Amino acid sequence: MSDQAHGSLKSYGIGFALSVVLTLIPFGLVLGGALEDNVGWAIAIIFLFGGAQIMVHVYYFLHVTLGAEDGWQAMSLAFTGMLLVIILAGSIWVMFHLEENMMPAHELIERVEQLP
Amino acid sequence: MSDMTANGPQLATESPRFDFHVVEDEHAHEHHETGTMLGFWLYLMSDCLLFGILFAVHAVLGQNYAAGPSPADLFEIELILVSTFMLLFSSITYGFAMIAMQQGSKVGTQAWLAVTGVFGLAFLGLSIYEFEHLWHIGATPMASAFLSSFWLLVGTHGLHVAAGAIWLVVLLAQVQIHGLTHENKRRIACLSLFWHFLDLIWIAVFSFVYLTGVLL
Repeated sequence: MSDQAHGSLKSYGIGFALSVVLTLIPFGLVLGGALEDNVGWAIAIIFLFGGAQIMVHVYYFLHVTLGAEDGWQAMSLAFTGMLLVIILAGSIWVMFHLEENMMPAHELIERVEQLP
Repeated sequence: MSDMTANGPQLATESPRFDFHVVEDEHAHEHHETGTMLGFWLYLMSDCLLFGILFAVHAVLGQNYAAGPSPADLFEIELILVSTFMLLFSSITYGFAMIAMQQGSKVGTQAWLAVTGVFGLAFLGLSIYEFEHLWHIGATPMASAFLSSFWLLVGTHGLHVAAGAIWLVVLLAQVQIHGLTHENKRRIACLSLFWHFLDLIWIAVFSFVYLTGVLL
């Protein structure tokens, strides 16, 4: 394995500094109570920073590059990412609709009555 | 394989105790230098799917409180921030251990691995404190679907960190006894992947379970 595969003091330092910033901002958002009346935006920002920090960890700490292991490392990561999207989006989508349709009868009747 | 059986009795005569340190034949790692690392990476990807499923379960059940407590009632975000930094510090100190290993410093590697272990144990201690507190106030896995999936997801992550900590102690002993051999270097590199991967999963846990949880 080349030295590149293990990273250097500089790359670990950059990764750590970015991680600290990307951790403190979403925590600060929740602890500080900013955007309290706009929960949708707050959650979007938390997910954005979480996703960015995951990217930082993958690149600076796990040292995934397109060339490592003849591309198999990046390839398997991309494949896992695809499966995760299918599992997560599929589960949430299906279960949301299931819950809608399994609603207690009185709520369903109310909803039908309110139909235009 | 034939080499291993040939080596068996020979090893036994050299040292009467079995020291759990499998020495590979020189020929093999000339051709398959990265085989183990890629295999371990694929294990991590399968572990990632396991966590993905637990996250999906939490996404579906996470708001079914069954008239029990909600995340905003239970979670102490300040405590989670401290836990997060314990794991983050352990990630950077593991990086220092890897750099010390590259430079061939046995003492440096051991020292940074030990520091990593201390941060890991601090994280585990905070997790156990939180779980014990939740259990004490009645927020057990049996209380609601939300708490079932919470305990399962965060508990699985905690068990992984505990396994990593045990692995770390074993590796410290191996390095102490056998030094920075080729095999030990590869094992330290594998644990590095495992350790950083657990920190990565924790990012998803604190973003999704804790921070999003208290907002909803």
